[in-house]
Amino acid sequence: MSLILLLVIPLITGLASFAFRKAQAVKAWALFGSLLTLVVAALSLCGIKEQTHTISYTWLPTLGASFALQGSVTALLMTLLTAIVFPLTLLAQWNKDIEQPHRFYGLMLLAQAGLMGVFLAHDLLLFYFFWELALIPVYFLAGQWGDKDRIKSSFKFFVYTFLGSLLMLGGLIYLYLQTPNGNFDYDTILATGAALPMAVQNTLFVLFFIAFGIKMPIFPLHSWQAGAYEQTLTPVTIVLSALMVKMGLFGVIKWLYPVFPSGTEQFGNIIMILALIGIIYGSMLAIVQKDIKRLIAYSSLAHVGLMIMGIFADTHNASVGVVAQMFNHGITITGLWLVVDMIERRYGTRNMNELGGLAGAAPQMTIALVVITFSSIALPLTNGFVGEFLLFLGIFESTNPNHIIYMAIAGLGIILGAIYMLNMVQKVAYGNKKEMAIADMSMNERLSIYLILAVIIILGVYPNLLLQLL
Amino acid sequence: MTQLVYLVPLFPLIGFLLNGLFWKSMPKKLAGIIGSTAILASFAVSLGIFFEVKNGAAAGQGIVHLFDFITVGNFKIPFAFMVDQLSAMFLLIITGIGFLIHLYSTSYMHDDEGFTKYFAYLNLFVFFMLLLVLGANYVVMFIGWEGVGLASYLLIGFWYKNKEYTNASKKAFVMNRIGDLGFLIGMMLTVYHFGTLSYNDFFAQLQGGIGAQTQNGYMIGSGMTNAIAICFFIGAMGKSAQIPLYTWLPDAMAGPTPVSALIHAATMVTAGIYMIARSNALFNLAPMAQNMIAIIGLATVLLAASIALKQNDIKKVLAYSTVSQLGYMFLALGVGAYVGSLFHVMTHAFFKALLFLGSGSVIHAMSGEQDMRKMGGLGKYMPITKFTFLIGCLAISGFPFFSGFFSKDEILAAAYAKNPMFYYLGLLGAMMTTFYMFRAYFYTFTGNFRGTEEQKHHVHESPATMTIPLIILAILSLVGGLVGLPEVFSHHHLLNEYLSPVVQNFDIHHLDHTMELTLMGIASAIVLIMMYVARVITRKEQFGEAKGLAKVLENKWYVDEIYDFLIVRPLAWKARILNNIVEQKGIDGGVNGLGQLVQWGSTRLKNLQSGQVGSYLFAMVIGIIIIFAIGIFGLLYM
Repeated sequence: MSLILLLVIPLITGLASFAFRKAQAVKAWALFGSLLTLVVAALSLCGIKEQTHTISYTWLPTLGASFALQGSVTALLMTLLTAIVFPLTLLAQWNKDIEQPHRFYGLMLLAQAGLMGVFLAHDLLLFYFFWELALIPVYFLAGQWGDKDRIKSSFKFFVYTFLGSLLMLGGLIYLYLQTPNGNFDYDTILATGAALPMAVQNTLFVLFFIAFGIKMPIFPLHSWQAGAYEQTLTPVTIVLSALMVKMGLFGVIKWLYPVFPSGTEQFGNIIMILALIGIIYGSMLAIVQKDIKRLIAYSSLAHVGLMIMGIFADTHNASVGVVAQMFNHGITITGLWLVVDMIERRYGTRNMNELGGLAGAAPQMTIALVVITFSSIALPLTNGFVGEFLLFLGIFESTNPNHIIYMAIAGLGIILGAIYMLNMVQKVAYGNKKEMAIADMSMNERLSIYLILAVIIILGVYPNLLLQLL
Repeated sequence: MTQLVYLVPLFPLIGFLLNGLFWKSMPKKLAGIIGSTAILASFAVSLGIFFEVKNGAAAGQGIVHLFDFITVGNFKIPFAFMVDQLSAMFLLIITGIGFLIHLYSTSYMHDDEGFTKYFAYLNLFVFFMLLLVLGANYVVMFIGWEGVGLASYLLIGFWYKNKEYTNASKKAFVMNRIGDLGFLIGMMLTVYHFGTLSYNDFFAQLQGGIGAQTQNGYMIGSGMTNAIAICFFIGAMGKSAQIPLYTWLPDAMAGPTPVSALIHAATMVTAGIYMIARSNALFNLAPMAQNMIAIIGLATVLLAASIALKQNDIKKVLAYSTVSQLGYMFLALGVGAYVGSLFHVMTHAFFKALLFLGSGSVIHAMSGEQDMRKMGGLGKYMPITKFTFLIGCLAISGFPFFSGFFSKDEILAAAYAKNPMFYYLGLLGAMMTTFYMFRAYFYTFTGNFRGTEEQKHHVHESPATMTIPLIILAILSLVGGLVGLPEVFSHHHLLNEYLSPVVQNFDIHHLDHTMELTLMGIASAIVLIMMYVARVITRKEQFGEAKGLAKVLENKWYVDEIYDFLIVRPLAWKARILNNIVEQKGIDGGVNGLGQLVQWGSTRLKNLQSGQVGSYLFAMVIGIIIIFAIGIFGLLYM
């Protein structure tokens, strides 16, 4: 039941949001709805004992598709992440005026419903359905709200994901036709996929992987990313980077990796190399960015690269590390975006070369920025450490003949990461360039950011809280 | 007492939290009291622990398990502390000298607006440093390792408005990260082959020696042990400022002087030595790594000492001197003289903290001036500083019977036993040490005052909170060597006996007494000669433009410029090429080109881009919602 609630609450609160007319009211409503979802998500994760919870209802019997949901630990962690990120974002952005708030928040919550569905779906068609349901509100959000170049960037985003969806749809239909009695059920898909001839498996693997790879994104399918992150409003950026990235990774973990073992074997190494290139490439590009949002976008390319490598390293430590890192990355990057947004709203720019002196003007915000930065560069005792540590270890233990070299090159990311993140902190927070008086964090911003800092520290000091679930 | 070891890092943590969370409302006086008391309390507990481990407790017995940090299947990394002779020794150094420096700071930083922040950071540093030495496995060490890097970063860039300072803090963190990657890879290799990161498990498996089987079924080979040892040493190079990763340390002098004393001289930079001494079981099986350590250590001794000869900033002299002294410690580790190395860690902590605090006292009196060319004759205004600084100089130079004499002698004797060439080069380093230290001493405290009238008017002896730490450290620098008297003088090398359950010297040939006395005699004579040379040269030296070799030394062998040319700039232009050409013209350009191609051929897509996306998408949403509605209906229907 709780799994259904995770879908229904955001869906209903989202649809209802369209009916509101007052900005404050719709904000309160959206916050209320997302908090309700958070409670349910937390309870479902706490309630999980040994067995994973699966439910299934008839949906489209003629097609053999059922409304099947499964709350595996990974899935529930991702729903929890989704449920945490929304209220924190709404809270921090409380004082921000957004045009047509009822539509904005309505679409946001619909996207949340879609995300929940993606993580929970246990039926391939249902998965695809939610995949699209999550994307469509985001197209609107990216196209209608944001900076002046948003049309161009959201169009590119649209073309990319549309292409991915199309390929996935093609693969899905083909796979469906191979099932014994025309069925989308997960176990059937699993059995069917693995039994397919190698060449077919490989082709299907590629089709699905491109769809997932665009979402993550993996090098070289990433060129929509920096523009889309840069141009969208912060809440949308957060949905894109903290959550939708995880859709791609989750898709690989649940719907690709086990379904086409031959494809995994065939392409695993190539994907690891692409991910490795992504780590170095993303980090190098992050070094030369002037816009903070673009910097974080490229850093995300690097971080996700490590997670992709972890998935294909095929070791227990790496697979645990991936999930831990997926969760922690979501928390950290949300905090980063929120702080960047606060800075932008106060100074009117995101160009680092025009910023400086935040430490003197807004010390609390600076502390938040520094803590989140160090979480992002995986300092021990922050949440960023444990995932990366297990990922490095898992990659190192992999049976891939180049495992040591892969780990060592991926490790360069921690050096480059320190360079670009500390550059950013230096340019934004230190110096005394902008001696203009700005307000430090307001009450609502503080509440949101402090909660994020608390998660960063608690999961950093006691990562077993997370790991014991996995 | 051992079970209470968690209190040692807990007090500084509390101090950090109090000063860190309430920095806005905290009165300065209280902030200083909280910060200092926290360390004093840790020192008290450390003393208790020290006396307990001193009398007994074999190696590896004192594990204090706090909680499970990382558990994945059978792979467990506990958050556990190891209380033994080695960690207890470091606890005393860290909290003891740490307290003196906190006390000193209450005066030194008194007029700084970031006073509370300063004490918060300083306590945070001590907390992480204690984790580093207390950890019972490499992960806890790594937590402390990176944590002290963070604290160091925050304190170097403490005066954040100055861009040069924040550049220095960034450089320190990044260079340390390079070393940390080595450490990380070393840990991965260890887990891979030995299935553990805990000291006891790891060292127990190493007991079998080359050829034995590890828990994971690998045969211990010298390739494996050398690889792990070299990776760990790369980590140590970063933290302990050895060639090629040393250039961050002189820049780190941007931080407040007491920070330089505590972090960049007495404690943090010796973390690399601690790590290798702790892992002596590994390094004893890694002869190649040992040779590498000895050679790099020795090269660092000479390079850094030569640079120190021509520096005019008093803190820069001390910084290069620290790099050079750390080189001696690595030389000792490389030749297997672990105890000698740790002995030098201890005496160096005394006299280098003393020298830094002394220079701080001078800088304080000179209203922030660090250039020795503008000092001179300060001795008559600040006698305590002068006298204690002199003791520091004598100790670091290895003047007979001062603490540095015994520790350096032990290292040089071990080096001689390994390879006489090591000894001669080490002696050359010692010659330079004596020269640059006394050059600094004479420039600062003797002769005529070369600063402005205003500065001269202001010069004064520092208050008691600053001079008391100086006096205590001077006493320690004077007598600290007694714990490690050489065999010629005493049959009891106290430090050796104390550390023997954890660390033992490896493969050291004992020199006969005549030889040892001869070496000592040579070293002492050299100290006296170099003191005289320094006296003569400082009298004559004009501060003109340096030429030839002097200019090269003044410019630090241009190492920073070489790194800039070889690494920093190529990295920047490669990144720019990737951004401007590969990304914008190549990947994104390709995608855009593809888009334009499609657009050119298809009017429908053209419509999409001219703003019709919305209506198209809207149709899609409606479609999806209808499908979903069917689904809901299906749900209700059944």
